Amino acid sequence: MRKASISLKVNGTSRRVEVAANDTLLEVLRDKLGVKSAKVGCDRGDCGTCTVLLDGRSVRSCLVLAMEADGCEVSTLEGLSKGGGTALQKAFVKHNSFQCGFCAPGVILSATELLRKNPKPSRHEIQEAIAGNLCRCTGYTPIIEAIEDAAGRKA
Amino acid sequence: MKTLKSNGRKTARQGPSVGQQGLNLTWPEDASTAGRPRDERSLRSVGRSAQRVDGWEKVAGAAQFVDDIEFGPGLLYAALVESPHAHALIKRIDTKAAESVSGVVKVLTGKDFPFTFGLYMKDRFVFAQDRVRFVGEQVAAVVAWDAKTALRAARLVKVEYEELPAILDPMAALAKDSGLVHPDLKNYPHVPWFFPKPDTNIAHWRKTRKGDAAKGFKEADVILEDTYIVPRYAHCAIEVHGAVGLYDNSGRLTVWTASQSPFTQRNVFAETLAPLGLTHKDVRVVTPYIGGGFGGKAGVSMEILGAAIATKVQGHPVKLLWSRAQEFVNTYQRQGVVAQVKLGCRKDGTITALEHKLYWDAGAYVEYGANVVNAGGLSASGPYRVDNLHIDSVCVYTNLPPGGPYRGFGYSEFMFGLESHVTRMAHKLKMDPVEFRRKNAIKEGDILPYGARMNPTGIQEAIDKVASEVEWGKAVASKDPRKAVGKSVVLFWKSPAMPPNASSSAFLKFNEDASLNILVSGMELGQGLLTAMAQVASEILSVPVSRIRVETPDTDRNPYEWQTVGSHVTWGCGNAVLKAAVDAREQIFDLVERSLHLDRSSLYLEDSAVKSPNKPGWSLPLKSFVIAGIQVEDHTFKGGPIMGRGVFMPEFSSAISDPETGQGGHPNVHYTTGAAGVVVEVDKETGKVRILKAALAVDVGKAINPGLVEHQVVGGLLQGFATALYEDMRFDAKGRILNPNFSDYKIPTALDIPDKTVPIIVETAQPDGPFGARGVGEHTMIPAAPLIANAVEDAVGCRIKSMPVTAEKIALALKKGA
Repeated sequence: MRKASISLKVNGTSRRVEVAANDTLLEVLRDKLGVKSAKVGCDRGDCGTCTVLLDGRSVRSCLVLAMEADGCEVSTLEGLSKGGGTALQKAFVKHNSFQCGFCAPGVILSATELLRKNPKPSRHEIQEAIAGNLCRCTGYTPIIEAIEDAAGRKA
Repeated sequence: MKTLKSNGRKTARQGPSVGQQGLNLTWPEDASTAGRPRDERSLRSVGRSAQRVDGWEKVAGAAQFVDDIEFGPGLLYAALVESPHAHALIKRIDTKAAESVSGVVKVLTGKDFPFTFGLYMKDRFVFAQDRVRFVGEQVAAVVAWDAKTALRAARLVKVEYEELPAILDPMAALAKDSGLVHPDLKNYPHVPWFFPKPDTNIAHWRKTRKGDAAKGFKEADVILEDTYIVPRYAHCAIEVHGAVGLYDNSGRLTVWTASQSPFTQRNVFAETLAPLGLTHKDVRVVTPYIGGGFGGKAGVSMEILGAAIATKVQGHPVKLLWSRAQEFVNTYQRQGVVAQVKLGCRKDGTITALEHKLYWDAGAYVEYGANVVNAGGLSASGPYRVDNLHIDSVCVYTNLPPGGPYRGFGYSEFMFGLESHVTRMAHKLKMDPVEFRRKNAIKEGDILPYGARMNPTGIQEAIDKVASEVEWGKAVASKDPRKAVGKSVVLFWKSPAMPPNASSSAFLKFNEDASLNILVSGMELGQGLLTAMAQVASEILSVPVSRIRVETPDTDRNPYEWQTVGSHVTWGCGNAVLKAAVDAREQIFDLVERSLHLDRSSLYLEDSAVKSPNKPGWSLPLKSFVIAGIQVEDHTFKGGPIMGRGVFMPEFSSAISDPETGQGGHPNVHYTTGAAGVVVEVDKETGKVRILKAALAVDVGKAINPGLVEHQVVGGLLQGFATALYEDMRFDAKGRILNPNFSDYKIPTALDIPDKTVPIIVETAQPDGPFGARGVGEHTMIPAAPLIANAVEDAVGCRIKSMPVTAEKIALALKKGA
């Protein structure tokens, strides 16, 4: 297997790492860089639990080859959480939005991207934005309410 | 293991004192508020929607799941060789090619582990021995230094099979000339409340007979008989199953698992691997947070592999992580059922008799699934007063993946047919279906199917509140002429299905600053157990929830809990925590009495301090003495670290009854009841169903955390609606699953939720529950399927008798009808 050295800026810190041609970004983050918030849920882009922001855009890191991310900035939940977390994260805690919490990292990154692009989303726009992140516990309502709260809309 | 033995005792039948059930526990009015001024008697922590104690960990990405734990460069990876056949004999296994792959450490087969295991019946094999019984069954494992090499080498293991006819349908499996899935059935050890029929495919047959069904049908003016079909379903927790085993060089086995049942796992691992010299002391199970369970992570399924494989690579941790496809196949699936319902009623709507025959497609191994069948067989009357009752609940082996527990534990399955049937009967009698239910709904003190008496229930209040929420009786027309609106209201009930001696325990210890650590082995599945336990302790000890830490279990350190299943831990584990907190508080009062000479009966706790109405203004902060002790006149110290201990077992419970009638025991500790309603809009051309409103009222006894109860309602209903509308496991004619992924087995997204869901909490106290609480987790899913079927009929007039009630089935039925 061919290997190459790539550089990534992970949550603001530059990292250089040796990767194989078939390593996914998710594998590299979890197994080589110790970034564990992005989870393995299906390994085929269905569930969204591996969502990270790549140069600010949400991607399923199980569908991105690590080599494609060479030179990119990767943001994960670890990065958002330093210094007490974002207003969105605080809203999730306040609304008890998650149950098992396994989908939380992906949902929060999708919602972070949404609010950056569209600070006052409608309820339907929120549902659309997180429709690629499967959650089996909550019935989604507590998640939607937290995003509405963070966006300054009455939940 | 404990659950395989009977406790051997017959409990005295319950007298008329219903619900108290001989327990000296523990509505804590006197215990928790003794001595406190009268106006302070209201609850301070219980009954409030406290913030989750695990909230920030999960939102910050700090919560650790099994696959997140680092094991260092010594970690090995295992991959499986799986059966491609539903039923076959294994003739030969050639591991040479796999063993020669660079990076492969070991290849293991059934020969290495000639052991059976199981929770209630030991019919499952660590690895297949001479025979495979479902597509996907584990035949061999390859252990390698990295996951990809293990997978690649697993494909090189050559297995020669001799195919046998596959039995894929429970009714076919019952035919006289059917082949046998388990020719050795008669040799399998099982719990005393199972009744297998050797030389058939019947693994268990629960018979419940009450009154005289034949007489009841004679008294009926109307009899309605029909069959309902429920397919298999998958739990689809977003986290897959995983296990990491480490058999260290001292001979201790530690297994980190994604599990609802750490102690049951330790027990099964120790028992199964006892031939290798392991004892309970040598086995440790650690369960970090799990990414959803829903019953799928109860008991022991793939985790036995992690434990067993580890014993063959001593000194190295070895990880086995399921793929999403394996998750669909080789854990537990919700069992399919063919339900034959015969209901007799008088003209006035009184139920005179019910015959309910349930034929369960339990799959290749039923070590857990047979208890689902048992639970259904004890309670398939539904929450109704049925004097003449005849239930047959038959657990049938098939060559499909093993069945097992899934949120609702049999009730989600049989209530589809029963509650569909009840609405149809009401229509036949020209009675309002809600009125029919009000009239027949079970009441406190009624005789249950197995002879004991019903606990307090707020089911009538639940019916009223739900009927009002969906504006029952008020016809609604759609604004769109292509669509029609329909409504329905159904009832539900469920009891925990536990062995009679399932128990819970808790330790509680103070820290120097009077913060608390609670040690329990009730598992946080997402339902909020840790938070609820903190609230119970907070209520007794006046320490704020935010200053209480409750962690997930480690069997070396945390005290025993049977399993986190059956919606029983708020009740069982809650009782243990309550007792531990009371124990700690009594130690505090004892210490204050003997060191400060204050009458202990005058003491109370408030704001993390000891107070007394006899000494206004006096307050002794807990942090001043819970570790350090109290210094007395001669400068010595009295006391020492305050630690509470609590144990709970339902000592009134017994599973031993007459095998022919089910009468005589007290297998179920209590039932949680409720009602649910929906308003749906059905597209008459496409059959597509949209849920405009859903409401569910559940009698939780006492909501320890009302917000979390509401979240159970919202989440559980959606999970149920998905099984009712589109989820469906499909198999081909060879027993191979066709849709083991989220593209082909659709679970709901944020776009698939009802327009509105209204959770309603009813509180009729459970006399032996902590602060009156009983369980709620599973119940919120149970009514979903009949709600949809009944509302669809109300809207467009077609009755769908097989789940799921898909748009396709509705559209075809309408076409046929038109």
